[in-house]
Amino acid sequence: MTEKIDITLNINGRDHAIRVEPRKTLVDAIRDDCGQTGTHIGCEHGICGACTVIVDDQAVRSCLMFAVQAQGKKIRTVEGLAQGDTLHPLQAAFIKHHGLQCGFCTPGFLMLAVNALEREPDIGDEALLDLLSSNLCRCTGYQNIIVAVRAAAAEMRRAGARA
Amino acid sequence: MTQAFPTPPRAEERKVLGHPVPRIEDRPLVTGHGLYAGDVSFPHQLHMRVVRSSHAHARLIAVDIAAARAHPGVVAVWTADDIAGLPPIDFRDPSAMALKPYRQPVLARGRVRYVGDPVAAVFAEDPYVAEDAAELVEVSVEPLPPLTDAHELGEFDEGRISEPTVIRHSFGDIDAAFANAHVVIELELTCGRHSGVPMETRGAIGRYDAARGVLELHGAAKVPHRNKETLVRMLERSPHDIHLFEGHTGGGFGIRGELYPEDVLVLLAAERLGRPVKWIEDRREHLIAANHSRHQHHCVRAAADAEGRLLGIADEFFHDQGAYVRTHGARVVGRTMSMLTGPYKVGAYRAVGRFRLTNKTPAATYRAPGRYEGTFVRERLMDAIAQRLGIDRTELRRRNLIPGAEMPFTVAFDEPGAEGLILDSGDFPALFAKALAHFKWSEVEAEVERRRAAGEAVGTGIAPFVEESGRGPTDGARISVDTDGTVEVVTGGASVGQGFATAMAQICAEALGVNYAGVRVVHGRTDRIAHGIGAHAARATVMTGGAVNETALALRAKALQYASELLQTPPEALDIADGVVRRRGGGPSITLGEIAARVKPGAELLHGRAPGLSAEAWFHADHTVFPYGVALAIVRVDRDTGQTTVERLMIAYEVGRAVNPMMLAGQLVGGAIQGVGGALFEEFTYDANGEPLSVSFADYLMPTLREAPPVDVLIAEDFPSPRNPLGLKGGGEGGINAIGAVIAGAIDDALGMPGAVRQLPVTPQRLREIVRRATA
Repeated sequence: MTEKIDITLNINGRDHAIRVEPRKTLVDAIRDDCGQTGTHIGCEHGICGACTVIVDDQAVRSCLMFAVQAQGKKIRTVEGLAQGDTLHPLQAAFIKHHGLQCGFCTPGFLMLAVNALEREPDIGDEALLDLLSSNLCRCTGYQNIIVAVRAAAAEMRRAGARA
Repeated sequence: MTQAFPTPPRAEERKVLGHPVPRIEDRPLVTGHGLYAGDVSFPHQLHMRVVRSSHAHARLIAVDIAAARAHPGVVAVWTADDIAGLPPIDFRDPSAMALKPYRQPVLARGRVRYVGDPVAAVFAEDPYVAEDAAELVEVSVEPLPPLTDAHELGEFDEGRISEPTVIRHSFGDIDAAFANAHVVIELELTCGRHSGVPMETRGAIGRYDAARGVLELHGAAKVPHRNKETLVRMLERSPHDIHLFEGHTGGGFGIRGELYPEDVLVLLAAERLGRPVKWIEDRREHLIAANHSRHQHHCVRAAADAEGRLLGIADEFFHDQGAYVRTHGARVVGRTMSMLTGPYKVGAYRAVGRFRLTNKTPAATYRAPGRYEGTFVRERLMDAIAQRLGIDRTELRRRNLIPGAEMPFTVAFDEPGAEGLILDSGDFPALFAKALAHFKWSEVEAEVERRRAAGEAVGTGIAPFVEESGRGPTDGARISVDTDGTVEVVTGGASVGQGFATAMAQICAEALGVNYAGVRVVHGRTDRIAHGIGAHAARATVMTGGAVNETALALRAKALQYASELLQTPPEALDIADGVVRRRGGGPSITLGEIAARVKPGAELLHGRAPGLSAEAWFHADHTVFPYGVALAIVRVDRDTGQTTVERLMIAYEVGRAVNPMMLAGQLVGGAIQGVGGALFEEFTYDANGEPLSVSFADYLMPTLREAPPVDVLIAEDFPSPRNPLGLKGGGEGGINAIGAVIAGAIDDALGMPGAVRQLPVTPQRLREIVRRATA
């Protein structure tokens, strides 16, 4: 067993002071040490994308990063998307367009799409298809995921124009 | 005599049943508040890591646990000796005695039989530590030759061959059929080894409540009540001493929720070690330890007359079961044979299913078990007959479909005990015509011709199919209304992510007269209801839905009776809507919550009747319900790279009555894309030593959005099932059933090489080999 070290993870604006081994992955620390279990583990080798979170404005696979590497950075997870009772437009669109069944891959898809739409609100359809091809879903056949993300993108653009 | 129910109303005449309403499951799932197995934790829990065989077949000489046991943080290490009295993982349903010696022990004893076979279990304070210590367990073996091909017979144990059983199904005079044939077609076809592979790996958390003497298994799925029965048998406990708990389930597809060795280990360890024990499977483990499926090799012959009518089908197939017989026994072999003739009228039939063990991961059911395989075989035959006789593919199928006038249609087998089918209702040719029209088959064919003339390799495929659902015999439910008007539906069903709670809430809301969105649905908890069938074989909506409907109607009658007494109005004059009982046409009203408050224990109104606004009822079904459909596809192939691109899929599906068309379409589309995986990408491959080669998502390729074509769904509600009052036919497995078949047909057509595809998946390597052989 290796020596544990003290680190602080900032998740959705809140600091979590934790003590972890340097080898602990970010996703394990988020889930087990910080209690934020909305981020899921699907493969632990960076392919399925279920563990996607946003670290300093980049969507990352938190199974491929060590917790210690996220010290001092701003981490965003699915738990931080809704504002009180008001769902994020992407969350609302996933419900409306039946973009989820078992829901296990959903937090990863949401964080991937939120990050992309925040960085590039006018993202083209080809780029969006490429982006969403980086995560796996086994239930929906993807059809309703892409419908939901397109709808939310349009909604976010309208809201942005109003602001 | 089978009861025939009257035709139920269509959605337009109903408030919520049959409407595409949003799911009540979704909000916690999109906000990160789900409770999947990995999210279940108890104070002071231990973590289990399973040490698995790295040999496909070997004699187990010794397992040295000393170093692992001495590792800091390790609490215990178990081998087979530590659980010597424990029986192997039992079958769920009574199975043939001949299969019993082939069951899987919880930890390997004497021999290891596949890479991934559990040999030891490490229990530690931390999952990382458990994994470190597992590396220190030394397994000494004497390698034995591995059996990797189901065509070869070997030995499972001394004096016990690797073929536990051979199953036969037949009807009609098969010899006469072939003697009278105008043409005989003979094909060898292989369906590849692949599986459900849900996004959430398996997980099990055992907890022993010493105060009450109750063992709890969390992370259960699919069939918690049935697994409880098996555990009660295996552990020799009272049914009151074991309870299973299902939270959210990250996809099931048939393979998740079966009873596996790890489930038994965490339960036993929780009791013996006195602390909760958590086990979460990693993805590599999942790909080598959870059930595989589908791997069959068929040698099939068909006899047809000059018009292409099927006189007979004779099939012998080798079912590659892997290392042990798991919870289903030989069910997939049986289903393959009983459903193989599908929607066609066949004069005579003889099927021989050779159930063969190999040194690979054990296999069992995956969504549409036996049908994905059987439809592939049958529709390959149909394409071959059409080609041989020069009859159009659609016309040949039309000629053989069972006519609507002959429904219900019975398929009975000669063998005693072989379960026949009674196709309950429908009109196969009518749906076939509807599907072709919806797909615009003629226009598509003309367009394909035009593109081919321009040099593209494009083709179409078509495959009708039959599904099964709603197998009985019975299921029950309990519904209660609380004093604040909250409705709770307690079922023994299970949710594998398919929208079970929403479907049950809709059925309850329609019958009772409440808002579906406020209905709480309990599932997968053996401590809340004693009986349950879970979620498998597309049973949940038909059977549990039937029970919820009966119960809600009984509760409605009870509420109306009490309201009648309270409002001094005859019950016939009252109606319930949005949880309020009102006199039709206006007048006094009372909410269901208020009625519940008026019938609490000791209430004056009761006059000796049992207190509470609640009801319990059962639904019985003697016969399985058979939905059916047609799959169509357009594919494009690249002869140079071997790549196949599915451009479009369509599923036409007769469902009787849809509870929620949005969710049903979701099931069909999702199933279809899984089917694309099995047709083109997904395969568990092994080398000659039995070493698995598909152990990560980099080797086991599942469709991403880029490989997922648009799927057009045509839901037909023309033939409600007469077997249940809501007219339901199950929808969970129809999407995937014919996808292997239809893509194979479309690839043949695209290449202009009838009969080219004989093996699934059609990987780029296999397609290039087909092209190479043709041009050599």
